Amino acid sequence: MEKWYLMTIVVLIGLTVRWTVSLNSYSGAGKPPMFGDYEAQRHWQEITFNLPVKQWYFNSSDNNLQYWGLDYPPLTAYHSLLCAYMAKFINPDWIALHTSRGYESQAHKLFMRSTVLIADLLIYIPAVVLYCCCLKEISTKKKIANALCILLYPGLILIDYGHFQNIYNSVSLGFALWGILGVSCDWDLLGSLAFCLAVNYKQMELYHSLPFFCFLLGKCFKKGLKGKGFVLLVKLACTVVASFILCWLPFFTEREQTLQVLRRLFPVDRGLFEDKVANIWCSFNVLLKIKDILPRHIQLIMSFCFTFLSLLPACIKLTLQPSSKGFKFTLVSCALSFFLFSFQVHEKSILLVSLPVCLILSDIPFMSTWFLLVSTFSMLPLLLKDELLMPSVVTTMAFFIACVTSFTIFEKTSEEELQLKSFSISVRKYLPCFTFLSRIIQYLFLISVITMVLLTLMTVTLNPPQKLPDLFSVLVCFVSCLNFLFFLVYFNIIIMWDSKNRRNQKKIS
Amino acid sequence: MAALTIAVGTGNWFSALALGVTLLKCLLIPTYHSTDFEVHRNWLAITHSLPISQWYYEATSEWTLDYPPFFAWFEYILSHVAKYFDQEMLNVHNLNYSSSRTLLFQRFSVIFTDILFVYAVHECCKCIGGKKVGKELTEKPKFILSVLLLWNFGLLIVDHIHFQYNGFLFGLMLLSIARLFQKRHIEGAFLFAVLLHFKHIYLYVAPAYGVYLLRSYCFTANKPDGSIRWNSFSSVRVISLGLVVFLVSALSLGPFLALNQLPQVFSRLFPFKRGLCHAYWAPNFWALYNALDKVLSVIGLKLKFLDPNKIPKASMTSGLVQQFQHTVLPSVTPLATLICTLIAILPSIFCLWFKPQGPRGFLRCLILCALSSFMFGWHVHEKAILLAILPMSLLSVGKAGDASVFLILTTTGHYSLFPLLFTAPELPIKILLMLLFTIYSISSLKTLFRKEKPLFNWVETFYLLGLGPLEVGCEFVFPLTSWKLKYPFIPLLLTSVYCAVGITYAWFKLYVSVLIDPPVDKTKKQ
Repeated sequence: MEKWYLMTIVVLIGLTVRWTVSLNSYSGAGKPPMFGDYEAQRHWQEITFNLPVKQWYFNSSDNNLQYWGLDYPPLTAYHSLLCAYMAKFINPDWIALHTSRGYESQAHKLFMRSTVLIADLLIYIPAVVLYCCCLKEISTKKKIANALCILLYPGLILIDYGHFQNIYNSVSLGFALWGILGVSCDWDLLGSLAFCLAVNYKQMELYHSLPFFCFLLGKCFKKGLKGKGFVLLVKLACTVVASFILCWLPFFTEREQTLQVLRRLFPVDRGLFEDKVANIWCSFNVLLKIKDILPRHIQLIMSFCFTFLSLLPACIKLTLQPSSKGFKFTLVSCALSFFLFSFQVHEKSILLVSLPVCLILSDIPFMSTWFLLVSTFSMLPLLLKDELLMPSVVTTMAFFIACVTSFTIFEKTSEEELQLKSFSISVRKYLPCFTFLSRIIQYLFLISVITMVLLTLMTVTLNPPQKLPDLFSVLVCFVSCLNFLFFLVYFNIIIMWDSKNRRNQKKIS
Repeated sequence: MAALTIAVGTGNWFSALALGVTLLKCLLIPTYHSTDFEVHRNWLAITHSLPISQWYYEATSEWTLDYPPFFAWFEYILSHVAKYFDQEMLNVHNLNYSSSRTLLFQRFSVIFTDILFVYAVHECCKCIGGKKVGKELTEKPKFILSVLLLWNFGLLIVDHIHFQYNGFLFGLMLLSIARLFQKRHIEGAFLFAVLLHFKHIYLYVAPAYGVYLLRSYCFTANKPDGSIRWNSFSSVRVISLGLVVFLVSALSLGPFLALNQLPQVFSRLFPFKRGLCHAYWAPNFWALYNALDKVLSVIGLKLKFLDPNKIPKASMTSGLVQQFQHTVLPSVTPLATLICTLIAILPSIFCLWFKPQGPRGFLRCLILCALSSFMFGWHVHEKAILLAILPMSLLSVGKAGDASVFLILTTTGHYSLFPLLFTAPELPIKILLMLLFTIYSISSLKTLFRKEKPLFNWVETFYLLGLGPLEVGCEFVFPLTSWKLKYPFIPLLLTSVYCAVGITYAWFKLYVSVLIDPPVDKTKKQ
């Protein structure tokens, strides 16, 4: 146990990288009139500090919802309020009503960046460290290496510290991670409490809610619905309801308040997708303009059906056979389904998929690393817009090197290590010559990496033709989407064949 | 990218470490840079646009060329790459020019030339056998040594934030040390001669080189009791050494000799017009001396031994003037510092001559030379402590006693570099990097020497832990107090004096260990 100092080193490296990235530019820097996500966060501090709770989500002369109105759940608003108190202490100009719009200065940037670092340090990083310590069946050294890789994941760092996401991902993902940690260590109540906080911080966390629900339900079933299982179920339900009520207390006073918040949280009228997202709808849009052809409610139904169908098998499997390993994989596949098929997805939502993928880094290092690279690549247009090319390339390379050295990923491409053994065995029953799976995957990896590198180079160096100004960003989204589809299939295969594998093992024993 | 993948894919931890730190350096590009950035830009412009005869006369900018000729040639070569980045930075009259392309070029030139440093560290790791303990990679002396050198906190902040080209210079020095360890003496001497003509600060350690080469290379044999056998003198070796040094010097200084500019070059290289201490006192003997003087003058004023009217005003209101006036103690002249330095160096040189212990003894002597010059030199910069810290890393993985000295020296020495970075965005970076390096060095060396007695006694532990409160007090609490306007110099003064105590202690401890220790290598050979 002498190696714990290495864990400190790993955390310090993570923090150093985070802070150095934060020295770079942020979204909307010096771009009036709307600025960017950075201004949104500052504006929320202004709103929450100066207006009474009742007016936070309502349009008024003091709160123009068209200008970065609050559209996240109450916990975000409370967090903004907390930051606003700190800002007030340092410099009241930063949050003065009306006059502070578009406020930018070196000191203010420093303040905003440090709020992110503090939130990260308090919530996300401890969760990661604890998660890696709780991993079973691997050596201390591997645990530390795993923590290093998770903390170096470039997507999260670049969005939180470079782009400055208008909502602190490290907080919502951190709470979700605490939830995952709690639920897999059998502290179900604490886990569900943490997850409720995550959902109340950012409604996108609902992507993760189904696996949580199924896993906990499965646990209750396993204990027997007539005995202990029922007690657990009631306890869980109480925890969830209580935590929700606690978070929403100021908004439950009037019906209109609650409805208005909900309307702000789920803006159905904003369309099937925004900007360039690496999901199915945006990629399909290249061929056929569904966004314009179909009426909105049909779009809504269509996306709902696709999402529901794609995540159904994994969820059923998890409910019937709850295991913490299956839980992690289901989290990945559910979040990925939501990202690919659901309504109104942002490119940054890929982080919700990346978090659970980070958690399975030690299980299937090769595929996880690949996925995490693609996920960072899929945000390239966004990062380029914020002038974050340099930190993006550097952190991605650092992450890649960390993964390669700590997991020797290139040696872990056999069917066994890709967890595809049972799948290929069952395919071989019908197709005896099916022995080239791992080689195919290696080639696919190479092709994928080469495409990503080439596309990055092209985007940076070449000017797009005048007729197609978005050519490269659309290409980036399209390529990433293809990769994500492949990953969706892959993760579903693992989930579906996992239990068979176990049954086989039982038969052998 | 492909080469990178292969290099890393083979599980080579060294390349992973080197690449990792290189990437960190790239992340540091947008950080604050000091006036040294402009200094080097100006030198690029001078060497690019003026004929050689003008190099050491040009004085448009206040940052005139004051490094030896090889460094000027180095800037000349760089400037031919720089023109593809931004032609404007090569204009002598473009003072304080820093476009984003200039920044990128200059930063990358430092990162790129650090390749030599990485290679030197690689060579050093090959020839330094440390204490062998576990099979675990992280416990191997080679691994620890390469982290200590590659991820050295001081080099990172001085080169990649503050901006200087120390990386490749220290690379040359480490490489020449490695060559001496590998018994390739001529090569080592050649590299050191080249190094001297890049940056003359390395003259501090020249005595160690001279005496070692003379004693252990030019005399080929010893008497059985270890004393010198005078008839084993090899004149061929002396001549070849002399020739190497002479040729290098001729190549460097020859053109200026031909132009009859040598006096001008030397007047630029050794500016004795500056004060005893730099604006921020380097934590050496003179810092303690100055502090003592201040304390005495305050006491004197309180007890009315001194007449307040006679005391120069500057010395009381600020500690940050270049020309520091002593009030009680005698003022110090350059000659006095020179004599002090020589006296401080002499015992270690004697030790090297009369008690030769092979390359390891040479390394100790070299560190003592560097430290003694740092302690007593005239107008020493705080950055000069790196001259002792980096070679000391080589020793630290060998013996518990050395490790203990190393840790005290490194921690205080690195902490004393903190005032170099005074801007708010860099505050977290320097604290994080410092913690990173300090925690790693202390824990890894403790693990390496866990079977021996503890590395620190309680006084040392207490002293090192005191750095934490000192930092909090100086950079977080002090700016909030009312003293900030009245006594703005207090944080620097405290830092300087506190670190001076540690460095003096480390110097003393190392000296004692060198003078007292019996020859080790002898017994090993038998």
